[in-house]
Amino acid sequence: MSGGHAPLTLAEKIWRAHHIADLASGAQLIAIDRLLLHERTGGVALKSLEAAGRKVLAPSQVFATMDHIVDTTEGRSDDTRMPTGRDFIVATREGAHRHGITLFDLDDPRQGIVHVISPEQGIVLPGLTLVCPDSHTCTQGAFGALAWGIGSSEAEHALATMSLRMNRPGDMRITIDGTLGEGVSAKDLALALLAELGSGGATGLMLEFAGPVVEALDMEGRMTLCNMATEMAAAGAVIAPDDKTFAYLQDRPHAPQGDVWDRAVAAWCALATDPGASFAKDVCFDASAVRPMVTWGTSPQDAVPLGQVIPDGNHAEKRKLDYMDVRPGAQVEGLAIDAAFIGSCTNSRISDLRRAADILRGRKVAPGVNAICVPGSMQVKAQAEAEGLDRIFRDAGFEWRNAGCSMCFFAGGESFGAHERVISSTNRNFESRQGPNTRTHLASPETVAASAIAGRIVAPSMLEKA
Amino acid sequence: MMEPLIRLTSRAVPLPGDNIDTDIIIPSREMRSVSKSGLADGLFAGRRYTEIGGRDPDPDFVLNQPQYAGAAILISGANFGCGSSREHAVWALAEYGFRVVLAESFSPIFADNCIRNGLAPIPFSRDDLSEMMSAAEQVQDFTIDLPRGTVTVGARQFHFSLAPEPLEMLVTGADAIELTLNQRDRIELFRSRDRELRPWVYLD
Ligand code: SF4
Repeated sequence: MSGGHAPLTLAEKIWRAHHIADLASGAQLIAIDRLLLHERTGGVALKSLEAAGRKVLAPSQVFATMDHIVDTTEGRSDDTRMPTGRDFIVATREGAHRHGITLFDLDDPRQGIVHVISPEQGIVLPGLTLVCPDSHTCTQGAFGALAWGIGSSEAEHALATMSLRMNRPGDMRITIDGTLGEGVSAKDLALALLAELGSGGATGLMLEFAGPVVEALDMEGRMTLCNMATEMAAAGAVIAPDDKTFAYLQDRPHAPQGDVWDRAVAAWCALATDPGASFAKDVCFDASAVRPMVTWGTSPQDAVPLGQVIPDGNHAEKRKLDYMDVRPGAQVEGLAIDAAFIGSCTNSRISDLRRAADILRGRKVAPGVNAICVPGSMQVKAQAEAEGLDRIFRDAGFEWRNAGCSMCFFAGGESFGAHERVISSTNRNFESRQGPNTRTHLASPETVAASAIAGRIVAPSMLEKA
Repeated sequence: MMEPLIRLTSRAVPLPGDNIDTDIIIPSREMRSVSKSGLADGLFAGRRYTEIGGRDPDPDFVLNQPQYAGAAILISGANFGCGSSREHAVWALAEYGFRVVLAESFSPIFADNCIRNGLAPIPFSRDDLSEMMSAAEQVQDFTIDLPRGTVTVGARQFHFSLAPEPLEMLVTGADAIELTLNQRDRIELFRSRDRELRPWVYLD
């Protein structure tokens, strides 16, 4: 690919393959290969499109799911805990039907969080451009696609034209060297990177994760890592596809089959950054020193290794400290918790549940801790049940739910209570994210499980010693 | 068609702090209907009212201070609009009457959402912003000139540059979808050629 040409980044190769036209303004018209919708914004975008008298250009390349505000309890219906949730569900369902868009509805065994089910169904593929009105769309860059979140207006634009008008984002690379220690997972790595680079560490840049640690991660770990790129304000995240990527996608329902699969894989093998390609920001990070992490504040960058104190430099962050009721110089480890949540597009896949179950097996959640597990998709749930993981969760005292975003965020219905301290496998610890005045500490599913057992925030290794 | 934004004079609302996220701009619980409107009351609801879900103004919050009534400019810190991609954050700001946000940096999705709704996201250095923040606190008038790329406050002038595409969209108030649909032939041509190269993309 690079013979005679200037060396290109992976992101630029994909960008060039989608270039439709240069615009008078200097921006470009870029082809969009996949558009994903969910009930939170899908209904609004489709209604607005219709109001303008426009059509969906390529319904077969558009998919919709119900995830953000659906009920996740047993025997759920269109009624949600959020008073007007039903309207969003119905508007999205009716819109999808009117336009011939494939919908993973509430009763569909393929239903789940958009970023969990798209890979499961082979909707995301290497080299594609994929957009969704959701900031964590960067998760899907783990498959070597350019995947990024957009707003509703851009979703409408993509529906009508299968394109977007854009300036190409600059490139950033984080090369992750070393090896992840025992009991350290992709979530800890993501939080350690956030602590190092900050919540503006990749502002507006398309972020490529590379290096031996990334290559060694399985696809689910790569998704967890890419998921957190938006917390660094990245335009998107991408990882070069490899044999693990291809093995994951082969025979998925919407992945190519037969000869076309072979052709596709041959093309996908060229999707890597050329040696010598230049990046606006190029960073190396040694993962060997990463320990299980937890956040103390109200930005995902406010992360420290378990067992370390909140750094003194944060005395000025009064609002955060008061909100979380923590102090610089004090430990996060040991804080008593009211609730533990395992779920979200960050950490609700089968490998996450297996690792959490390993910790929960034969143990009980501490009295008074409200522990909830929400699998990312109905397929993950079915797989977990086939492996007996649901029994382990239930026996330990976890609630075992149906798929959806659930209490990853407070939609206006169900939530954790004011001032409750929650250890959570999700991605955002913003003020009131999981409920009005709820205090969220982000961590890996292992740490959430261990803390649920201990009744206070602990590293999984501490539990074994106890 | 959006209302073009060329030149504007207004007071500016100072909202210091980094990482003002879209949950702060409009909490999820305030997005109750399948609609782009009716959101202004939910703007900054978590800080603007004395109680969660209530409507009693908290006099300490800047938007409730009479000297900033009707202001069309907001000034904040780094990584403004981070978090959820919800366009409701921009719809709420626009419905409330804001046309310009001055900040050190913006989340990329938030900035795009602004442009599509006639709201100008203009980045400035930390130093410029702290000067502007003081001027805003002293309730001075700001004049923004988009084509010239200037913000004028009293005798002081600050310069900025927006990328040409966003600038054009804001200044003309053009409808992006309409502009793109004018290029429908180019899109169809791309798609038919691409179908040969990458048949796996096309699922019909
Ligand atoms: S799980 Fe949470 S972060 Fe992920 S898409 Fe749903 S609400 Fe957003």
